[in-house]
Amino acid sequence: MSTVLKIMRYVLMDVLRNRWVIGYALFFVAVTDVLLRLGGSGPHALLSLLNVVVLLIPLVTIVFGTIYWHGAREFNELLLSQPVARATLFHGLFAGLVIPLSAAFVVGVSIPVLIHRAADGETLALLGMMLVAGCALTAVFGALAVLIAGLVDDRLKGLGLALGVWLLMTVAYDGLVLWVAMAFQDYPLEGAMLALTFANPVDLARVLLVLRFDVSALMGYTGAVMQRLLGSPLGMLAAVAGLALWTLLPGLLALRAFKRRDF
Amino acid sequence: MVRVVRARGVTKAYGRLQVLQGLDLDVERGQVTAIIGPNASGKTTFNKILLGLVRADGGEVEIDGRRLNGDSAYRAHIGYMPQAARFPENLTADDVFRMLADLRGAATARDDELVDAFALGPVLRTPIRVLSGGMRQRVNAALAFLFRPALLLLDEPTAGLDPISSGTLKDKIRREREAGRTFILTSHVMSELEELSDRIAFLLDGRVHFSGTQDELKSLTGESTLERAIAHLMRQGTSAPHGGARA
Repeated sequence: MSTVLKIMRYVLMDVLRNRWVIGYALFFVAVTDVLLRLGGSGPHALLSLLNVVVLLIPLVTIVFGTIYWHGAREFNELLLSQPVARATLFHGLFAGLVIPLSAAFVVGVSIPVLIHRAADGETLALLGMMLVAGCALTAVFGALAVLIAGLVDDRLKGLGLALGVWLLMTVAYDGLVLWVAMAFQDYPLEGAMLALTFANPVDLARVLLVLRFDVSALMGYTGAVMQRLLGSPLGMLAAVAGLALWTLLPGLLALRAFKRRDF
Repeated sequence: MVRVVRARGVTKAYGRLQVLQGLDLDVERGQVTAIIGPNASGKTTFNKILLGLVRADGGEVEIDGRRLNGDSAYRAHIGYMPQAARFPENLTADDVFRMLADLRGAATARDDELVDAFALGPVLRTPIRVLSGGMRQRVNAALAFLFRPALLLLDEPTAGLDPISSGTLKDKIRREREAGRTFILTSHVMSELEELSDRIAFLLDGRVHFSGTQDELKSLTGESTLERAIAHLMRQGTSAPHGGARA
């Protein structure tokens, strides 16, 4: 077994015993169950779940990830005094953070869908896309969390910065997009809107899901452009690649900081 | 004598704080070398440089004739007991032992002597978060010896241990030294260092101001005990002979 997998195995053991991760999974079970009971059909319930996914996953992942990475510091000292390379430890820890959180989400959402037998073909396709988007957001915000924790030594400042990044990407960014749309309404904005969407992983995931739910007509002309550009298989691939890039860039910067830091 | 550690001109600064300012030190096989110095004299930093936890800004460090260059394989022969180890809270001591054995691919049989002597058996499967500070320190000590390393770095090893556990650990250090293992010991408890160490390295302002045997230190300072001799060096401060009686 490679060293990364060995480290991951023990980090998983640690994180899976964490009550917060279990609570996170139970939360998704409860919310999905309630939405399925109230919303009726599978697609409707999943559409309601969309906002929970794009707001809550980034928040929980970035906060839990920053706290987890800070807390792992002394343990890192112990592992790095073993014959373990820094890059190996980094990959093991990162996988050990992202995999349990993703698993909690996947299991939490899937169980009620299966129990309510809401899994017709359409629901399954939507559920699949939602699970992909949720896991991608977990990876993106996990990478941002380890970057913040790697650069900011102070736990409280790190947590503050993590919350700031979340607020910026989920709430403030929408304001910026609206302002751009209002201020430049006389100009063709499709290109700018597309660029703005790719510049924020939360928007990227949201657009990816909204297009799948076929409610993009609600988004007006820009929605139509998005549908044309991102609705195609190639466009979806580009959006997923965008999310992958959003994981890779902060992840690589965090790895660089991890390799250089003094423990 | 075979030299295990050779450090020359090692420098390290944390921001504006210059911690090591050209540290030279040799550690020989089968001996207990005590690194002594006032707080913030660079003892822990030097230990961490040996482990690759901290990167030196300048100078060179060799372990077993190989210069440290960021490679991690050499650490398979080192056991480290940090001043206060913290473990993943949801794992048990047994999980941690198995994990490190996995990572080391430990070919040699485990040395469970301290696990038994510290009576850790009943708590091996208890999550570490519920163990007392002293119990965690016992786990920390047992871990350093577990894989029979050739070089052991012990940072304040008896801090937090009760007198019985502290005695057990000191006996273990003596036995392993007799078996040919090398120790680098950092402590503020002078009686303990007097009891255990073959050689003393006195650090002040990031340099080794004295390196030699206890007898050499005592005759240099004209004092009868290690504690008084060290106090003498501290009082002398920077006027102490640099490199002193390096034998």
